[in-house]
Amino acid sequence: MATDIMLTVNGGQHRLAVDVRTTLLDALRERLDLTGSKKGCDLGQCGACTVLMDGRRVLSCLTLAVAAQGAEVTTIEGLAGEHDPLHPMQQAFLEQDAYQCGYCTPGQIISAIACVKEGHANSADEIREYMSGNLCRCAAYPKIVAAVQQAKPLMKGR
Amino acid sequence: MRPFAYEQAGDSSAALRMTANRGASAQYLAGGTNLLDLMKIGVAKPVALVDIGPLRADHASISVDADGLHLGALVRMAEAAEHPDVLRDYPVIAQSLQLAASQQLRNMATLGGNVLQRTRCNYFRDPSWHACNKRDPGTGCAAMDGVNRRLAVLGTSAHCIAHYPGDFANALAALGAEVTLLSPEGTTRRILFEELHRLPGDTPHQETNLHPGELILGFHVPAGPWTRRSLYLKIRDRESYDFAQASAAVALAVVDGTIQQARIGLGGVATKPWRSHAAEAVLQGQRLDEALAHAAAEAAFRDAVTHGENAFKPELGRRTLMRALLQAATMEIQPNA
Ligand SMILES: Cc1cc2nc3c(=O)[nH]c(=O)nc-3n(C[C@H](O)[C@H](O)[C@H](O)COP(=O)(O)OP(=O)(O)OC[C@H]3O[C@@H](n4cnc5c(N)ncnc54)[C@H](O)[C@@H]3O)c2cc1C
Ligand code: SF4
Ligand code: FES
Ligand code: FES
Repeated sequence: MATDIMLTVNGGQHRLAVDVRTTLLDALRERLDLTGSKKGCDLGQCGACTVLMDGRRVLSCLTLAVAAQGAEVTTIEGLAGEHDPLHPMQQAFLEQDAYQCGYCTPGQIISAIACVKEGHANSADEIREYMSGNLCRCAAYPKIVAAVQQAKPLMKGR
Repeated sequence: MRPFAYEQAGDSSAALRMTANRGASAQYLAGGTNLLDLMKIGVAKPVALVDIGPLRADHASISVDADGLHLGALVRMAEAAEHPDVLRDYPVIAQSLQLAASQQLRNMATLGGNVLQRTRCNYFRDPSWHACNKRDPGTGCAAMDGVNRRLAVLGTSAHCIAHYPGDFANALAALGAEVTLLSPEGTTRRILFEELHRLPGDTPHQETNLHPGELILGFHVPAGPWTRRSLYLKIRDRESYDFAQASAAVALAVVDGTIQQARIGLGGVATKPWRSHAAEAVLQGQRLDEALAHAAAEAAFRDAVTHGENAFKPELGRRTLMRALLQAATMEIQPNA
């Protein structure tokens, strides 16, 4: 069943005709060419598809695009404009070398930003616990924790 | 995913009407974290989804009063897990939610959907297996002599040994919570949460006593002198972001070292959210020490039945309950107001 929807993504409005079965992840990747959010498992298990909806981190693979209408969706592409400096969390991932293949990274960075904003980045243990929904097959975990710790003080006021 | 129709319900009466119009295989969509998963893997095949997200306007409040804790069905797991009143007065509830799933899932999933999540039995979740009485009644049970390490040892039947995988529901069962239901005819009823889920018996596909189209509106956890001295201990294969192999929800009312009342729930080991009245009876009126905790744990698992791979579970469950009891006894708390 096709239906017309309106999505608000990274500050822009997008009118789309989609099959109601379309997930937010597929709408972002296949229709809006926002391929930063990744499809790892498509079953809510890996966190690669993490995006922000009204500031909350959620899994776009278990969100129907129709049900995402009315919410402000933020993806990795929306963190910094093409000519702007990177978001402190992106910069910290670069500097800490917090990845190998990079497949999980967009989800890690979005999740990490929310982790700091929620107030769940007060210790390495707390970061590990609240980042546990983002799996990394390359096991870059120690460097991811270091990146979150580096970016946290730089995110004040953002 | 099979095609389905999608409608958004503005309020509870619209939700009931839309579901009734669509017939038996219409389903409510809350956070979608279990239902969409099951649709993708071909286990759930609803013809229509009625999105109850907008019911948040009326059914997403959290409040604590002299009567107890009131939780709307559309409250998100993360909201209840981090609510200061819940953390202070009902730590077992907050912990059962905080130790479940991941923050992304807790931001999406609702309490109503959480209690209705389906088993993680591998054969149930993989339709390429023919034999699963829960998925296809009368086909048998592949798990009986198969991969059943995660499956239940309490409340099982000859037809199904699937575990109830959730955490929050065990805390609700332990604390004697009630659930408020709205029928398609528009009448509400309140039942004991312990009576919401059914034992598998010879109809494992019928998991709850909900009437067709009935909507969960919220939960009420009665106040009591045991709620502050309460905790949820969850033992998993990995340290975070995993379902329980065994868990214990315990709440104790202790006066001068004597347990006046105990409330005990168990997770990861049973076919439904589990309250152990047997363990509670052992504890009542006694002073807690290791021997008493052991006796309570023995009572809780007296009727356990294992099936090969899950033979370790009664012992893991006993140790989990013992540790939870000893930990609860030493908690520093402000006495209940
Ligand atoms: C990777 C992963 C790990 C997880 N780990 C855990 C864990 O460790 N512990 C744990 O407890 N859970 C865990 N979960 C399960 C998760 O908590 C549930 O999927 C979630 O709570 C379901 O809530 P929902 O709102 O998304 O429900 P939905 O998926 O929207 O709905 C589930 C079912 O409930 C019905 N329903 C929903 N709301 C109502 C209502 N108000 N009235 C009547 N019917 C309703 C729906 O029709 C559907 O049949 C995990 C899930 C995933 C994917
Ligand atoms: S244990 Fe239950 S859910 Fe699992 S295969 Fe057997 S009947 Fe199916
Ligand atoms: S792709 Fe969404 S959690 Fe894995
Ligand atoms: S960097 Fe490769 S999966 Fe995380």
